[in-house]
Amino acid sequence: MEELFRISYPVAAADYTSAGKASTDIKRRLKQLGVSGDVLRRVAVASYEVELNLVIHSLGGELTLTVFPDAAQLVSADVGPGIPDLEMAMREGYSTANDEARSLGFGAGMGLPNMKRNADEFSITSEKGVGTTITMLFRLQ
Amino acid sequence: MKVSELAALIDARSLTEGVSEDREILCGYVCDLLSWVMAHGEEGMAWVTVQTHLNVIAVAALAEMACVVLPEGITMEQDVLDKAIAEEMCVLTSPLTAYEICGRLAAQGIPAHG
Repeated sequence: MEELFRISYPVAAADYTSAGKASTDIKRRLKQLGVSGDVLRRVAVASYEVELNLVIHSLGGELTLTVFPDAAQLVSADVGPGIPDLEMAMREGYSTANDEARSLGFGAGMGLPNMKRNADEFSITSEKGVGTTITMLFRLQ
Repeated sequence: MKVSELAALIDARSLTEGVSEDREILCGYVCDLLSWVMAHGEEGMAWVTVQTHLNVIAVAALAEMACVVLPEGITMEQDVLDKAIAEEMCVLTSPLTAYEICGRLAAQGIPAHG
């Protein structure tokens, strides 16, 4: 598929004050490309969830948006620590967020299920000690 | 109901000077768990919360909500309000409790879902 546009955002671990910057920029850029309505909202919600997951759970990572003529793809790749039990992590209500995240109102265990619900295609791979990669596809037409 | 009409209904004032209060409110919600709000937030929502940190504005803006409503006279730090103004997200503060704010919204026929 022909790639129209690609941009990557580094996301730092535990940087709650910058959390949401990448998602806000992703939404703005997609809007400029003419994406609107329900799909724009779904990309915005999913990108914020995945960005927050990088801040809360990872040792740092990168969020990449790639736009194709008929789809937008979001890839989150981090450098660890990896998810020990993926099946549990995908369960609504299960969270390993720390006290700092919880004090800000995060850690309800809704992130991964919410990403899956909002994306048209969702996949996750994780290896303990290596890292986690999440790929989401959103059809634009 | 517009944001300005909601403000009058709950004796609220805007903390975000210059941000339009013409947005239409399609539904209402009250919750302080941001993860939960991300999963259930909707476009045009009036969201009542006691949370006042930066991420509140990101959640409201990304979900395309109509406004954020702070109960019991709560306010936000200026850096958070600056972010709200940049995102054109109206933040209201009301002396009423979250319970009473929601009660008045419901009495005016504002639904739980848009």
